Formats: sequence, structure tokens, C-alpha cells
Amino acid sequence: MSKTLRTPAGGSVNRAKTIKFSFDGKTYQGLEGDTLASALLANGIRVMGRSFKYHRARGVLGAGSEEPNALVAVRRDKARTAPNLRATQVELYDGLVAESQNRWPSLNFDVGAVLSLLSPFIPAGFYYKTFMWPKSAWDKLYEPNIRAAAGLGHAPTEADPDTYLNRFAHCEILVIGGGPAGLAAALAASEGGERVILVDEQCELGGSLLSATDALIDGQSGRAWRDAVVAKLAANPKVTLMTRANAFGYFAHNMIGVAERLSEHQASPAKGAPRERLWQIRAREVVLATGAIERPLVFPDNDRPGIILADSARTYLNRYGVLPGRRVVVATGHDEAYRAALDLHKAGVTIAAIADARPNPKGPLVEAARAAGLPIKTGYAITGTKGTLGVTEARLSPILGAGRVGRPEIVACDSVLMSGGFTPSVHLFSQSRGKLVWDETLETYLPGQSAEAERSAGACRGQFGLAKALADGFAAGRDAARLTVKRDFVVQATEGDPKGVVGAMPHDRGNGAKAFIDWQNDVTTKDLKLAVREGFQSIEHIKRYTTTGMATDQGKTSNLNALGVISDALDRPIPQIGLTTFRMPYTPVTFGVLAGMARGNLFDPVRTTPIHDWAVDKGAVFEDVSLWKRARFFPQGREDMEAAVRRECLAVRSHCGIFDASTLGKIEVVGPDAAEFMNRFYINAWTKLGVGKCRYGIVCREDGFVTDDGVVGRMSQDRFHVTTTTGGAPRVLAMMEDYLQTEWPDLDVWLTSTTEQFAVIALQGPKARDILTGLVEGIDLSAEALPHMSLAEGTICGVPTRLFRVSFTGELGFEINVPSQHGRKVWEAIWAAGQPHGLVPYGTETMHVLRAEKGFIIVGQETDGTATPDDVGLTWAVGKAKPDYVGKRSLARPAMAAPDRKQLVGLLTKDPHIVLEEGAQVVVTPGQKAPMALVGHVTSSYHSAVLGRSIALAMVSGGRARMGETIYIPMPGGDIAVDVTSPVFYDPEGVRVNG
Amino acid sequence: MVVFLTYWAESMQKFSAFELFKQGLNGQAGWKPQWRSPEPKPAYDAVIIGGGGHGLGAAYYLAKQHGMRNIAVLEKGWLGGGNTGRNTTIIRSNYLFNESAGLYDHSVKLWEGLSQELNYNVMFSQRGVMMLAHTVHDVQVFKRHVHANRANGVDNDWLTPEEAKAFCPPLNISDNMRYPILGAALQRRGGTARHDAVAWGYARAADDLGVDIIENCEVTGIVRNAAGAVEAVQTTRGLIKTPKIGVSAAGHTSVVLGMAGVRLPLESYPLQALVSEPIKPVFPCVVMSNTIHAYISQSDKGELVIGAGTDIYTSYTQRGGLHISQHTLEAICELFPAFRRMRMLRNWGGIVDVTPDRSPIVAKTPVPGLYVNCGWGTGGFKATPGAAHTLAWTIAKDEPHPINAPFTIERFRDGHLIDEAAAAAVAH
Amino acid sequence: MLLITCPHCGPRPELEFTHGGEAHIARPENPAAMNAEDWTEYLYMRANPKGLHAERWRHLHGCARFFNALRDTTTDQFVATYATGQPRPDLKGAGQ
Repeated sequence: MSKTLRTPAGGSVNRAKTIKFSFDGKTYQGLEGDTLASALLANGIRVMGRSFKYHRARGVLGAGSEEPNALVAVRRDKARTAPNLRATQVELYDGLVAESQNRWPSLNFDVGAVLSLLSPFIPAGFYYKTFMWPKSAWDKLYEPNIRAAAGLGHAPTEADPDTYLNRFAHCEILVIGGGPAGLAAALAASEGGERVILVDEQCELGGSLLSATDALIDGQSGRAWRDAVVAKLAANPKVTLMTRANAFGYFAHNMIGVAERLSEHQASPAKGAPRERLWQIRAREVVLATGAIERPLVFPDNDRPGIILADSARTYLNRYGVLPGRRVVVATGHDEAYRAALDLHKAGVTIAAIADARPNPKGPLVEAARAAGLPIKTGYAITGTKGTLGVTEARLSPILGAGRVGRPEIVACDSVLMSGGFTPSVHLFSQSRGKLVWDETLETYLPGQSAEAERSAGACRGQFGLAKALADGFAAGRDAARLTVKRDFVVQATEGDPKGVVGAMPHDRGNGAKAFIDWQNDVTTKDLKLAVREGFQSIEHIKRYTTTGMATDQGKTSNLNALGVISDALDRPIPQIGLTTFRMPYTPVTFGVLAGMARGNLFDPVRTTPIHDWAVDKGAVFEDVSLWKRARFFPQGREDMEAAVRRECLAVRSHCGIFDASTLGKIEVVGPDAAEFMNRFYINAWTKLGVGKCRYGIVCREDGFVTDDGVVGRMSQDRFHVTTTTGGAPRVLAMMEDYLQTEWPDLDVWLTSTTEQFAVIALQGPKARDILTGLVEGIDLSAEALPHMSLAEGTICGVPTRLFRVSFTGELGFEINVPSQHGRKVWEAIWAAGQPHGLVPYGTETMHVLRAEKGFIIVGQETDGTATPDDVGLTWAVGKAKPDYVGKRSLARPAMAAPDRKQLVGLLTKDPHIVLEEGAQVVVTPGQKAPMALVGHVTSSYHSAVLGRSIALAMVSGGRARMGETIYIPMPGGDIAVDVTSPVFYDPEGVRVNG
Repeated sequence: MVVFLTYWAESMQKFSAFELFKQGLNGQAGWKPQWRSPEPKPAYDAVIIGGGGHGLGAAYYLAKQHGMRNIAVLEKGWLGGGNTGRNTTIIRSNYLFNESAGLYDHSVKLWEGLSQELNYNVMFSQRGVMMLAHTVHDVQVFKRHVHANRANGVDNDWLTPEEAKAFCPPLNISDNMRYPILGAALQRRGGTARHDAVAWGYARAADDLGVDIIENCEVTGIVRNAAGAVEAVQTTRGLIKTPKIGVSAAGHTSVVLGMAGVRLPLESYPLQALVSEPIKPVFPCVVMSNTIHAYISQSDKGELVIGAGTDIYTSYTQRGGLHISQHTLEAICELFPAFRRMRMLRNWGGIVDVTPDRSPIVAKTPVPGLYVNCGWGTGGFKATPGAAHTLAWTIAKDEPHPINAPFTIERFRDGHLIDEAAAAAVAH
Repeated sequence: MLLITCPHCGPRPELEFTHGGEAHIARPENPAAMNAEDWTEYLYMRANPKGLHAERWRHLHGCARFFNALRDTTTDQFVATYATGQPRPDLKGAGQ
């Protein structure tokens, strides 16, 4: 069919503006205002897609977001490709490139269509019953082939360069759906001066009014009334109108998710223009005016291209100026199809027959059709169609009752319009957890009891017809806004009977006929009946077994018909079968719009220290530690990490190193009861810690396991300077607040995070004092005045400092806390002063080696959330006289003191050159095969430059009792013999730290 | 005996390609119900509460391996309607601790023959599960897993970023990520399975052995005798006497055990998952990232199956917040930037029951005759056959199988925790 | 995303809060004197009710204070929020 199906006039497309686009490589012309579907139809293209399972040729079924068939890929460039878009929602733009999917080699000749011939042998759920022999063939043969046959379009292969935005919004009244009910609701709600947001998924507001022809509202045409109302709403500063906005999810407490398309419809979006925006709208009241979706008829061969929903055909005609065909058969069980027939008839289309399944249809629409001389066959079912790649004839049979039909008549046609009636769109209502109730009269589910501050209006609650929709919408908007405004719309429109038909049409085509329920997933009445025959009774089971309603349209056109067919098969009324749960999203939502700006460095905040840029300048290599970037090592020349760390380690031991410790968590614990708080919270005792002294503190969780550690300094009687691990700071502060606020409100204590307030410069090494001496004022740095584990306040480089004499390296060392804004300046001053003394910067890797040489643990490396203080050799730190502290009671549980607990030990390989792998396991007896009797694992392992050999820390069952034993590390290449030693490898007497 | 012979005569209709072909010539008209829909009997030798994969599997193994055929499974809704039908179907056994590796690997071994054993294709697909390391700490943790797994006879290999990308081509291993990938642990025997089929396959096989599977039957009470032992269950379909009750009720376990006065260290959280629209094969394996919270695979149907995190509060609503899904997709798009234009088709929620040490409880309870299988958190599907098998053993013998013996309730009292989550905890 | 009414600040989005588990579980006065069962009960056992649940929240990114809430875990609707230290509201006759 090559002749154009565009009407000479009419519709809201811009006939002055033609648009070029391509489909499967061929160029076509459409008009501004077209969708891809309407433009293809206008060009006589009927086959737009292939179905999922049988690869059947499919044309467009609907005209909106319910479309199951016409799915295409739209490609702007290699990276900007989106699969599975509904052609009915793709707005045409100049140069649009679209491709069909799930076919090979071409859309009109698809080898996969052979599956349709095999369909007798591959019914619903066939894959559960076969592909099991031989067992090995599943991975190699069956599954790859099943997978290759499944799927629709192709995923993009390159990173999407487009941006997506995320906004929050608040309003008093949110109206979802911009059809007559929604417009009326917004009109009423906006009277009170409160904030109103109206969203609609289409490119313009109006809904059914956009394809209305004959109706008059307050004397105006539907379109003119719509224009006036939209203009009035747009002029109201309290009203926000959103189009191309998919209200996809109804979340708890009246939060609605809306995905707004911003530039996808543009031929050439501005550079950097966002593609979509996510709105999360919290509304006091929600008005759902989501309308209804037309139901297909279920009859044999109902899936040929050219068979289209009647009201969608009306939309193509009245909105886009496109005819579904020249000679049309209308098959219906509902009055609205007559409206379509009349409009097409007026447009010059031959209505070859109207087959109405109802025995005695009445009402103004039917009468109008009769008056227009349209050939109406009442009590007729459509029982088949013919035509390759497009319908060419329809088979109409008189219904005899009891599921029987009489002799068929064959009617030639190039399109079939069908209507089974309209199914209210209760998706969002159901998502809100409102209760759906079955309406016997309309034979459909309608909103019942609400769960949120929400009300439905218009067709989505069964109030069909323009007059009812307007009145209902206005009332809903008014009530949502808590107003008393009144308005009566004067509507002149021909209204039909809202009741339609549900389920399958009777036919005489035997078992071979395919009457589709779910077009995209190729689910037929036979599949549903098979599922019932196999004992599946719950709708959820039948859905999952047959995949009905699980395609990309999520059953928008199929769910109610499926219920009807199952109801017949089970001989049970529909409400007793149950209903599958409606889930978000209403229509598919782009991953990108949900991910928003979060990519690369915006994926998570990047925390950097005041020294960061200096380290960057010095060529540091960084590692991620929680949100922080920490300098891991400072390579010089072509050094690798091993060489750099060796050099840094030796420099610290022999001269001095400077280390950025600013990431350590810092908490100020202040108040008259500060010491008591510390006593209760930490395992250590604090009462006797003198002002100006430091102590290494350990925090357990209430279950007795070590969760954090850090040096704590006593600034004054009522003030502690607490440090935590880099990653543990928020957790420790939250835990402190929890106990303080909820368990010990009697304590007069304040907690303040000071992590960001202090830059912390660690200066470690025998030359540390020499370097500092000239920079510090008001502090005596001598070993006598400021011994190890003490602190003093004074100034450095003219800046106030809390100077800690502490060491995580075993060397003479200081940690200099200065206000963050002065951190870089002080750092550089120390750096300069250190140059004559051989000062080097070192990173976290060297820090790890140096502390391991001293047997100091890292929480999170030696401990793993299952270690007690005793396990890691910290029993000495416990305040034994304290009656209680967090974790104490749990440490008294039997398993916590078992002699076979894993304990911290040192390991020295027999061969000093072997550096063990961290995480390697420990066994007592060599030569084991899996499963081995594992007794522990290596937690830290390094080459120690100062010792000239490898060292390792390990957690080993009963480890302290094994000192001196040889145990083994089983590796793929064989067991490695190691000696169990003390974890302190270097300067065990601790002479250097007191230098 | 008569009952037994009747079953024998009506024995299960064999599933096979031949049978499918034969039925195809007959319009697929000859298939029988996959399981019966019996009325509950007044009494059974044992009753399983919960008709998910775990409960149905337990009934199957009780009947098959322990000869207990006068038993019933009670399901308050439809079979497999809980977490069995709501999870992302990841199967792996590369857990750290010996106890966990033992339980999960027992499961994987059962998975490997399950389709044949049940004569139901559960589509167990050993596509490989790859866990990404993004930090130095991750590398240490995963390498510890790799070594422990190897020593326990569980396969798990360490991959460089380049090897990881070769195994999963869509993966972004560039350093323009916030947390670049430093390596990955790969269990090749891990993979996915078709979740519904697991419930249905166990149901059909258990039914064939005489087990009564009773849907739409909610337990409303547990009756105990003077000695405190269980005696019966009250249900919406009447009182059913039984000396043994196995509870496999996932998120609802606290509620059911509460009926017998047993308190558990459980909290139930919403867990969400989502799928994309179906696409042609693009994703060959399962990828998990604990650090940035996402896991993903592609189903046989072509959908990208993506697991999100739990919400922060307890809930039985089977619904979570949008920000949880957002966070998941942020991670997915960071790892696979080409998927940014893909679209979420369906999102759903389940209720996961979580223990303090994130390991399950498969054990006797303080109430004689009452057994429980719970606390699987976000990872129960992978354990379905193993949990079912060991629960059945525990019920039949009134003592645990050596594999589930460590997974008691009392471990919390005594401190014998099996803390997989803490062992991977991040701190520095 | 829940909308949570902090008793000190008013309604705020869930993103501002952290959840603190079951409410009204006071840390025992003298843990050392407790037997294993009672300590285990305190440490691990939770009601996990299907229905009204008294729970703790903390308005971390606001006033940073802990407070308690009564929420129906079958609907996620809040029935009440109240300050830490106050008893669980008696809702009989409150007309939920």
C-alpha cells in the first residue's frame, strides 16, 4: 500500500511544515505534530514491529502509551540510541532515525517468524518442560539460543553523554492527567489561590479533547474550550503545567514521581540541554484524572497489521489527519466504535461493515450510524482475518449463543477497527495502595477506599462521557482544594453506553486459531487455558506462567481480557480470581533520569583535605577511603608503589616524614560530665587521665566487638579531643549521640564534630622535634615537658594549634592540629623547615607499613567486626575497675573468651623474601586438600625496608599460645612456612618513640 | 498403602521434549495439573508454614529423603508469592566463613542437579557471579574471600580490572568513575535461576510424593499441649493437628513464631528490585558491587534484572522509597554508562527478614516440635535447596544436619555469631 | 520517601532522618547482673510487629535529635511522633 493515507485537511498537525525522517534506512516525510506512528501510517507503512515470542508482523494497535506493538529504536548517534520506544509516543522531528526491532534480516521478512509455525509445540511455559537433557547442553546450547531469540531491541553500546536533572516540588493539589476531567479539576483547584500542578504524559494538554470533533462545551468546540482553559491556567502564577510528563509512580505519603521529557522531541537539542528531568512532587492532595484505555477484542487472527483500536483510529484521523485505511471493518462490543465509524465515514472512508457482538445495541451513536447508512450487523462476532503483512479481509459470524457461531461472511477490508470498551486507568490509584472494587455494571475494577489523600475523577473511576468527566473533575478539584466553588458546564455531546465486553469472542476456528490477549508477549487464549488446565488458579501464577501482562506495556490493553478468559476457564467470576498488583512505573522510565547528575565525581561527594592540592602538585597517587581522597604514596621519577613506599619508610625511620592525617575523624566531647560519658562509652578508663595527656581509646559495639579506635586527648577537665578512624567518624558520632540522647540524658555533655575544622599534620621521625622547634611558640617540645602521649596548646607559624605528641609509626612524632584554613600554610612552613633535615612526604601505604612494623592494628583490617579487644591484644586498654561500658556485658558471653578465638599475632616467613598475600589463610598442618582446617588469615603483609625482610600480621585461632610454632599458608603454588611471633617487629622496647 | 498405590497409578506426568511434541499434536490438551488443590486433612505428621521455595523444598525433601509423606504445606497466598517470586535470583556460595560456605555450597551443589531431580527446568544458569572491588579495603576483603573459598573447595577467582571487563564487556573500568574498579572476585559456578520455576518444580515434585499443598490457607495460631510442644495449627481453613511444624515464612516469621510465644532476633525490611525493558543479549554474567550498592544480571527473557538496597525502616508493605531505586540506578549507570538510556519497566518490593549477624537461622526452637528457617535477609533465594534440605533433615530427625548446626538461635546468646556482613565492613 | 513529622521541627522528608530501630528498649541499669537470656533479649530480640510499631528516628540532617514514632508497618502511615523519654501513646479511643 503505497498511497498516502493522509487526509487533505483536518487534524492539528502543521500541514505547512513537512518533516523528513527515516525508518529502517528509508526516508519518508511527515508533518510537524506527527508521532512516528502517525507519520508511518500516513506513508502507508503498516508493519512497525515484530512480536516477542513468535516474531509476528505487527502494526500499531493504539495511539498512546498503551501501545504494545510498534516498538522502535531511535538513534541520534552511536551513543544516543534508545531501544523499545513506542512509535506512538515518539514525536517526529527533522532527521529522526528510527529502526525496527527483533527481526532478521528485515522487518517484512523475518526468519524468526518460523517460530509462529512451531507455536503448537512451544506453548506457554514450554521451557519449563524441556531443555533438561543432556544436562550440559543447557549452558552451551539451549540457553544461548533462548536468549538470542528473546529480547526486543538492542542496548546502546556507548556511554550516554546526555544529562538528566532532578527536582523536588511541593504543592497543595497535584492533578494527574490533562484531559477534560483533569483540566476541570485544575480549574476548580486553582480558584483558591493554592499551588496547583497539572501533569500530562502527552506533548499537549487536552487528552480526548485533542481528537474531539462534535462536542461543544459552554458553546465552544472541545478544542477551543481546551485552549481557553489551558490559557487561563497558564496565566495563573500559582499553577504549574507540565506536559511530556509521565507520572510514573505513586509513593508513600503522597509523593509522586514524574519523568519529564525535555529535549527528546527536538531535532537538534541545544548543546548540553538536559534530556529528561525527574520531579518528586509532594502534594497535600492528589487528583487522579488518568482516563481509560480502550480494550481490544479477543478473536482469532486479531493481531494483523491494520487491526487497530477504534478510538485510536479516531485519534489518528482527527488529530493527525491520517486514515487507518480506505475500507474498514468495525468490530465492536461498545458504542464508542460507532463514533469512530462515523468520523471515518465523514472523512470518506468506506465502512464495509460494523459487526457488533451485542444482540441489540441502542443509543444515539448507534442510531447516528444507522442514520448515516452504515452497514451494521448486530449479534455478530469477528472470527478471523486474513492477509500477509496486513489485513485484507475479515470474517464475520453471527453469534448463536452458548459459544457457538453461524456461517461466516467474508468482508474485504484494509483495516479493522475494534473496541471492547474502556478500562479505567487505575494504575496510580492501585500504586497508592487504594483498594480496587469490582463494578458489576461496568465489568471493570474501579477505585474504592483511598489509602492516601487522593481522589479519582472522570473515566479512571468509571465516570465516562464528556459531561460526567467535566463535572466529576471539577468536583474533585474543588474538594481537593477545600473550596465551595460551583460551576456547571453546558455540554453538548453524543454519549454512548459505557458498558463493553470482556474476554474472548466466540468462534468456530478450532484449536489452531490464535486469539491474542497480550500482543507483545504473544499470549493467546489457548495459553491462558493451558495454564488453568495445568492447575494454575491464581492470577499471579497464570501471569507468571504465560507472561501475560508482563511485556513493556505491562498489560495495559490485556489485563482485563485475560481475567475474562481465565474467569471462563475456571468458571469463576472475575472478582474471585484476584488481580495482579499494579507496580511502578506506569510507563517505562529512563535509568538516566533516575540516576540524575550522579556520575563520576558527582556520584558521591569527594572530600579532600586542605593539603590535597599540595599532594596533587607533588604527584601523589590517591586512594578512596570512605568519601575521602587520601594520598597513598608520593612516587618520585619512575618509582612504582613498592619503591616509593620503601623509600618513604626508610626516610621516616632515619630522618622524618610528613603525613596528612586531616581525614581522621575528630569529635569534641565537652561538658561537666564529659569524663563520665567517656567512661561509659569507651572500654578505657578516663577519670584519671590528666589534662594535657592522651590515651589510645577503643570503642566496642554493645555486642562486644571492636568498632573504632583513636587517640583521645584531654584538653581540660571538661573537654576531650576525640579522634576516630577516617571512615568511622560519622558512625562513632551517631553512636555517641544515640547513647547520650536516649540512654544517658542525665549526662551534661555536648558532642561536636570537628573533623572539618582541623587540618592534622603528622610529623614522624627522629628529626621531627628539630624541624618543629623553630616554628612553634608557647610550647616546650622537650621530651620532659612534652613526653609521648601528651599534648599542649600554643601557636605554630602564628596560628593556634593543638599539638599532640603521638606516634603511629613508633618514631618520635607529633600530630599538629591547626584550623583548616591555615592547614596548607602550616604544612608548607613545616615542609620548608624540614628540607635541611631530609623531610619526605609519605602516604597511607607507608603509614600502614610503619604501623605494622610496630604491631599497631588498623580497625577494619586487623579487626573485621568480629574481633574483641582481647582478640587484637588490647586487653591492657580495658578499664577493669569500671562497672560497665558499652560492650562489657557481651564480652562476658562464653564464646567471647574461648581459647580458640582468633588472636593477633605476627608472622615471619621462613623465607624472608616472600611477602604473603593479605587475606591468605592459615593452617596448622601442611599439605591439606580442600576443605582445609583453617585457623586464621593474614590481615596485613608488607616488605619491611628497615628490617630487610617481609612481615605480616595475622588473626590466628589461639594464636598467642602458638608463639614460636611454625604454621603454614596454603597457596596454589604450595604451602608457605611461617613462624608465629609477637606482632611487634621493630623496636619492641619502644625506645625510639620516647626520643 | 491404598493411598500410596493410588498415587503411584497417577504418578507425575513426565516433562520432556518428546512429551511436549506429542502434546503439541493434540493442541497441548493432555497436560494435567502440576499439583493438586486438596482440602486440608484434619491431621498431618508435619506441617510446613510458608509455600515459597524454601517451604516447598523442605516438604519435598521430607517426603523424598525422610519418607514423611503425610505432610502439608500451608501458604497464605499463592505459591512462591513471597520472596521466591520477588528476588533477583542470584546464586553463589563464595561466602567467607566456613559455616556459610558450607551451607551455600551445599545449596549450589543441589542447584546443579535440580532441574533433572525435579523434572522441571529451573533454568539454573552458571553464568558466573563477579563481585567488584572499588577500594583497597575491598581488595583486601575479596582476596580474603578468594583464599578462604579456595581452601574450602569453593571456586572464586581474583580478576584484574581488564580481566573483569573481558568477562563482562559493558563494564566501565576507566578511572573517570568516582570509585574506579580495582579488581573483582569471580565465582564461575555462580549464576541465576528462574525463580517461579523453583517453587513450581518443588510443588509438583512434592505433590507427586503425596504432599498436600494448600494455598490460600493462612495460619492464625499455633496450639501447644500441656508440655509446651506443638499440637496443631489454627488456620483460616480450620484446625490442623500436627506434632511438627516447620516455619519458612521469610518476612513474616516473627509474626508466625510469635503465635508460639517464640521471639526472634529478626527485623523485616523492604527490599526492592527492578527490571528493564527486554533487550537482546548484552550482559553475560552477574555483577555485584557491595561498595556502591548494586547488582545486575540479564534474564533469559532479556530484561536487565537489578537489585536495589533495603529501606532504612522495618515494613511489611512490600514497597520502598523511590530514592532507594534512584541510588541503585546511579550505581548501575556509573558501572555501565551505556545503560543510561535503558528504561525501568517494573519495580517491586519484598520483605526481607534480617538477623543481627546477617546469617540465617535454620534450627530447632525452644518449643518442642517447632522448627524455623528464617533470617536469610537479601540472599535467601540462592540457598533454597540447601535450606530446604537441611530444614527437612532437622524436622525429620529433631536435630540439625551438620551443615546447618551452627545456624542456631542460641548463637546470639552465646556469641557464636557468623557475621558475614561485619566481616566485609568498611573502616579504615 | 516517607514524610516524617519531627516533633521538634515539623514534617520533613525521610532523607533528613536515620532510623533507630525499635523504641522503648532501655539499656539495662546493671548489665553485669543480667543473665544470658535477659541480655540476649535486650541485645537482639525484637518485636518486629506487623501493625503498629513504636520506633526511633533521628532527625540527623535537622535538629539531630532522636524521637519516637508510632507507625503502622502494614501501611507505613505514621500515627504519632513524640519526644524521646515519653511513653508510647495510648491510642485506644484516639480514633486512629
